Amino acid sequence: MPDIKVTPLGAGQDVGRSCILVSIGGKNIMLDCGMHMGYNDDRRFPDFSYITQNGRLTEFLDCVIISHFHLDHCGALPYMSEMVGYDGPIYMTHPTKAICPILLEDFRKITVDKKGETNFFTSQMIKDCMKKVVPLNLHQTVQVDEELEIKAYYAGHVLGAAMVQIKVGSESVVYTGDYNMTPDRHLGAAWIDKCRPDLLISESTYATTIRDSKRCRERDFLKKVHETVERGGKVLIPVFALGRAQELCILLETFWERMNLKAPIYFSTGLTEKANHYYKLFITWTNQKIRKTFVQRNMFEFKHIKAFDRSYADNPGPMVVFATPGMLHAGQSLLIFKKWAGNEKNMVIMPGYCVQGTVGHKILNGQKKLEMEGRATVIIGTLDVKLQVEYMSFSAHADAKGIMQLIRMAEPRNMLLVHGEAKKMEFLKDKIEQEFSISCYMPANGETTSIVTNPSVPVDISLNLLKREMALGGPLPDAKRPRTMHGTLIMKDNSLRLVSPEQALKELGLSEHQLRFTCRVQLHDPHSDNDTLGRIYTHLKSVLKTYSIQHVPDGTVIVESIVIKVTSSAEEPNLKVILLSWSYQDEELGSFLSTLLKKGLPS
Amino acid sequence: MKLYCLSGHPTLPCNVLKFKSTTIMLDCGLDTTAALYFLPLPLVHSPRLSKLPGWVSKDGAVNLEKELKECSGRVFVDSQPEFCLPEKELLDLSTIDVILISNYHCMMALPYITEHTGFTGTVYATEPTLQIGRLLMEELVTFMERVPKAQAATCWKNKEIQRLLPGPLKDAVDVWSWRKCYSVQEVNSALSKVQLVGYSQKELFGAVQVTPLSSGYSLGSSNWIIQSHYEKVSYVSGSSLLTTHPQPMEQSSLKNSDVLILTGLTQIPTANPDGMLGEFCSNLAMTIRAGGNVLVPCYSSGVIYDLLECLYQFMDSANLGSTPFYFISPVANSSLEFSQIFAEWLCQNKQSKVYLPEPPFPHAELIQTNKLKHYPSIHGDFSSEFRQPCVVFTGHPSLRFGDVVHFMELWGKSSLNTIIFTEPDFSYLDALAPYQPLAMKCVYCPIDTRLNFHQVSKLLKDIQPLHVVCPEPYTQPPPAQPHRSDLMLELQPPPMAYRRCSVLGLPFRRRYERIHLLPELARSLVPSEIKAGVSVATVSAVLQSKDNKHVLQVSECSVQQPDELDPNLSDSLGNTECLKCMIFTSELYGHILHLQTEDVLIQLEEDATHIICDNNEPLRTALRDLVLRFLQKL
Repeated sequence: MPDIKVTPLGAGQDVGRSCILVSIGGKNIMLDCGMHMGYNDDRRFPDFSYITQNGRLTEFLDCVIISHFHLDHCGALPYMSEMVGYDGPIYMTHPTKAICPILLEDFRKITVDKKGETNFFTSQMIKDCMKKVVPLNLHQTVQVDEELEIKAYYAGHVLGAAMVQIKVGSESVVYTGDYNMTPDRHLGAAWIDKCRPDLLISESTYATTIRDSKRCRERDFLKKVHETVERGGKVLIPVFALGRAQELCILLETFWERMNLKAPIYFSTGLTEKANHYYKLFITWTNQKIRKTFVQRNMFEFKHIKAFDRSYADNPGPMVVFATPGMLHAGQSLLIFKKWAGNEKNMVIMPGYCVQGTVGHKILNGQKKLEMEGRATVIIGTLDVKLQVEYMSFSAHADAKGIMQLIRMAEPRNMLLVHGEAKKMEFLKDKIEQEFSISCYMPANGETTSIVTNPSVPVDISLNLLKREMALGGPLPDAKRPRTMHGTLIMKDNSLRLVSPEQALKELGLSEHQLRFTCRVQLHDPHSDNDTLGRIYTHLKSVLKTYSIQHVPDGTVIVESIVIKVTSSAEEPNLKVILLSWSYQDEELGSFLSTLLKKGLPS
Repeated sequence: MKLYCLSGHPTLPCNVLKFKSTTIMLDCGLDTTAALYFLPLPLVHSPRLSKLPGWVSKDGAVNLEKELKECSGRVFVDSQPEFCLPEKELLDLSTIDVILISNYHCMMALPYITEHTGFTGTVYATEPTLQIGRLLMEELVTFMERVPKAQAATCWKNKEIQRLLPGPLKDAVDVWSWRKCYSVQEVNSALSKVQLVGYSQKELFGAVQVTPLSSGYSLGSSNWIIQSHYEKVSYVSGSSLLTTHPQPMEQSSLKNSDVLILTGLTQIPTANPDGMLGEFCSNLAMTIRAGGNVLVPCYSSGVIYDLLECLYQFMDSANLGSTPFYFISPVANSSLEFSQIFAEWLCQNKQSKVYLPEPPFPHAELIQTNKLKHYPSIHGDFSSEFRQPCVVFTGHPSLRFGDVVHFMELWGKSSLNTIIFTEPDFSYLDALAPYQPLAMKCVYCPIDTRLNFHQVSKLLKDIQPLHVVCPEPYTQPPPAQPHRSDLMLELQPPPMAYRRCSVLGLPFRRRYERIHLLPELARSLVPSEIKAGVSVATVSAVLQSKDNKHVLQVSECSVQQPDELDPNLSDSLGNTECLKCMIFTSELYGHILHLQTEDVLIQLEEDATHIICDNNEPLRTALRDLVLRFLQKL
């Protein structure tokens, strides 16, 4: 039985370190290659020794596909390709290819330069890794090799985020990466056609959430920011440089404009301008409205939002600061957080999901005292958290409703959940199985799920045979009375051809062997032979309504291709011997008729 | 399979392919050369053009002084310029299912096809093709609507009258199919029917799959593969192997075509684009140094990007860095902006710039440093800001409408100025005709990056199509160079040539069709190997055909009245095992077995076995299985 095997090396019942191995039709594909923000040790990267204990991965993988530029989806890529060793193709969309190396370099800098870790990938490795990248365009069918093809769909999670369909023969898998089913201020909604994959692998970050309307969330967010600023407090919004940051900037920019507010808004990191430039150059990946108006007004040129300098954090008075990274696990956002945490007038708004182990996750769970780590994870003190902590879900993930919507769009035969918490997955799994009556799986990391597929077999049918059948059955074979078609399948040099039996015999230089039966049925019927035949004709006509039955003047009745004759001897004219003759192709009908006639004719 | 040829123009094709009950239009180019028969539309009142004498035949019998004007020794139609449309009578346009667009120059007739004809199909195009095509259409509409003409001249088209007109009007063909420009509403409505596709995207339409491939000619330009499982038609239109800004041409996917439809080769096979570019630069420099202005009539997208890039490098090295460039068009700004956002569709070199992130085209820098300025028209800011000497890029290259008309009137009188023709679509002498006598220098540097005959014959050698279909002009040397047999297609078998209104039957020898065996059926088959490497299985199954897709499935109970069957029989019927292939090579041939107790005769022949028995079903089936097993073994 052909099957599809899926093994998450990361993101199995967990968020972070996305890395999913898929085996389909003899091909092995790695979906995403991310890092885990919650760990600083070996667990940070997927365990590639699962694939092979020693040596390089190249011969074990046919391709690697990266869904988007977030580090939990691509952070382990240079480690995998340059340190473990992989030289095959790595597929990602153009924007991902552009932005991914910048974030990787950022990640490297924080880890090596700031935290002082060694044995980490180098800048050169990032460059070498990116040389292996093959850019993907939306909807383009990329032929990885003769059998394996992949196709990207718009995912709407961040700039360049893609879902990807993997296809070998008639078997297929769709991997969603992270996606968003509702269009926002700068991105469109995820979309896929009714591709009916054997398996849909979906993220499930918000498996149990059904988020209130976006407008309410935005109003809440603006209200909180506004109130804090009004009372002279500072607002910290930890974000990733690209993605939600642009969305929230557009939101605040328009609000500041409308309310004529004066408090400064800053964006940390030098990435900002560069980041916005990417958005301008990849405007085709944003939503309809921005694309339509970009010639007149580019949405990514902000009037109120200025670059942040480290010294501003100590300035008196209100301000709003967007700072990276988004989960408060390192870098500038964490620095500012430490400075402002002690003042209850201030506020931190977490606009996205935080993985376990990060400061963001801890404060969201109400932790009021934090142990602070210095270089090399030495604990150097505790921090009292007095500022207000708010959580506003602005990450562009599909919620439960969105996930169900995608299932309805793609109509998968099986479902597999990753990138979520086990408990929440459980809930969604039940819901999916109930509503769609399809199997839903949620393997843990290192656990393999096998899905049996039932592929149909494509065969070349000779046009003669097909046309003959179509002609017999009219333009469309009648569904009520399906016609049985007889043909011979020739398997030769990996080709499968279905031809008429005569053609097969001719082609193979064989002669057909006819198997024929003639059955004698004895019957008492006080009529002439011809009348008996007539009565048989009428009887069969009434029983076999949909069959072709002919009464031929030479004294035979023909049902389809079965010949029926009536004879009798001169001595016993009333004892009729009915001769039924059929070939093996009509075995069922012949057998049925002989049994039927044995029961006699209705008087 | 048939091809209906609605346009005879080799570079502005419009063909309709009937393929597996799908009707597919390949491009709909608009032949704008008809505009050359019309008087220019001046943007500013021109005393010269408004005082032209009307035309009256020599004997005075025909008086068309309202419609026709004599200008510079030729007769022109005084009316809004008209264009020659694809043939509309050859087939019912409402039956078209799909229109495939290969590049933005080949879609300009779209509104004429999709509007007012009952068209209900889908148009497929890439995003750059749609966006830039839209710009070019809007530009055309603006050019026309900016200068409204009160009257439309029609009398001259009367066959009897046209016969009496002086040349070249007398020889104009298909004049009754000429139409004036469409409106913005029609453009919007036509373009709303476009569905975007990406390169190598497999788009299914019934039993037909269409796939665009990069053709290397312009932003988003494509060739198309139209195929079913067993037939493949390649449509090659406007392709280029030169390294300019677009993504390079994809060639290997064109292999194994049954038919290749070849259009859009270079219109200037004798000119080398690189040489022309050099000539362009040196003439430009010479004029500027002498204090003259340079006028470049051009389309608002395409080669202009390459010209600007070339000049960006050239001007500084020629010490002309301070010369201003002006790009004047209602869509100049949009065209420049759009060119920067289609990284996916650009050559590698430009793509990698976006990763930095930098704009892919250097004209962004020219604009930033104020070396290149763009204006929607000569009215407004331009008139106060412009400095001479300068270089002006503006349309339309026919010199009949658009801002270029004004510059012809303005600069034509001075021999210091130069007009440089770069677009190959119009004969420059015809374009200049209404402006004669002209003091301004004229330089003809047509830059046509499309395939030349040398490149195309090499390409065809590589991809080996079984048959080639092409416009008739490609099958003979250019009329002006009858001895240049290298400037035509010489192929074996010879190409099938078409002209306007041709209907060609395309040669296909199709012998197979794709069918799917459902898994249950596939599992039930018992193949037997009859020769080394060849296995055979007999298939008896139910055929289902829907939407040109065929499926075979296990036949359910094939007799209809199950309640009338005795249970034993139903069982045996339900158990419809698939038939084994029967091969019989016994030495028993010619024997007759007689089972006397049961009165059964079994006749054994080389190719047949006949069992004659009483109606004893258990016995018969037992015999049957025995014979079958016996046959199997052999």
